[in-house]
Amino acid sequence: MGEGIVLKYNVPGDDFTRAGEASGAVKSQLKQMQLSPDVVRRVAIAMYEGEINMVIHAEGGTIEVCITPEYIDMVLKDKGPGIPDVEKAMQAGYSTAPDNVRNLGFGAGMGLPNMKKYTDEMKVETTLGVGTTVTMRIYI
Amino acid sequence: MTIADVQDVLKCRIICGEEYLDREVHSACGADMMSDVLAFVKDQAVLLTGLCNPQVIRTAEMMDIICIIFIRGKKPDEDMINLAKERGIVLMATGHRMFSACGMLYSSGLRGGAS
Ligand SMILES: Nc1ncnc2c1ncn2[C@@H]1O[C@H](COP(=O)(O)OP(=O)(O)OP(=O)(O)O)[C@@H](O)[C@H]1O
Ligand SMILES: [Mg+2]
Repeated sequence: MGEGIVLKYNVPGDDFTRAGEASGAVKSQLKQMQLSPDVVRRVAIAMYEGEINMVIHAEGGTIEVCITPEYIDMVLKDKGPGIPDVEKAMQAGYSTAPDNVRNLGFGAGMGLPNMKKYTDEMKVETTLGVGTTVTMRIYI
Repeated sequence: MTIADVQDVLKCRIICGEEYLDREVHSACGADMMSDVLAFVKDQAVLLTGLCNPQVIRTAEMMDIICIIFIRGKKPDEDMINLAKERGIVLMATGHRMFSACGMLYSSGLRGGAS
């Protein structure tokens, strides 16, 4: 994390209805700062996908966003089960989401590839049984 | 066309956002999977969906969708309505099914947008 405005959020893992609060808050903040609509939208989508993943796959976690004049960093950290095969998880259409998640409108296996598509840099660090940290950067 | 025209075509009941009915919309999408909306929608301003939970509003918020139409008479709850109001998103409901609703809007000039 470089210099800049740092925003921190706690993402509750037991309340699906609240998933997206952090991403919504960041989107409003970036809009207020009058960043380009394209950047605002890319940050919002990538972060929301990550936030939803934390809730449906990892019982919540924390998000740290750092806004600098050159880029926006997002670090999403959870203490969930970890991802056994990241390469596979990154493939479009791969999902382990159970039916109840699908009934909520998620679980198409499009989230991680979408995050990759909308960000300039993305790193997934994960340890089974310990948790996952997704780090993303979007240049302004 | 405007959101008011969409309302007229589908005989929608307005749930919130009456003040935005004169907004122009050019394209729409129909989906029950928010995963698909997030992955495939580009600049569609209208979302038709049979799904009814807060993440529908959140997804619209992230995607800059300005009007959500719940099909088959789905009813959003108080929290969803409040969130939509906060974000300036129009919520409407129609009794039509997905296929019919999409077809009627397409016939009236709305398109699917860039793919
Ligand atoms: N934070 C996480 N912790 C544990 N597993 C994860 C996490 N994020 C993703 N995964 C795993 O990677 C898979 C693919 O994730 P991805 O976001 O691409 O799809 P999805 O969440 O299943 O569906 P969609 O994002 O389309 O709603 C998930 O099904 C899950 O198995
Ligand atoms: Mg996902």
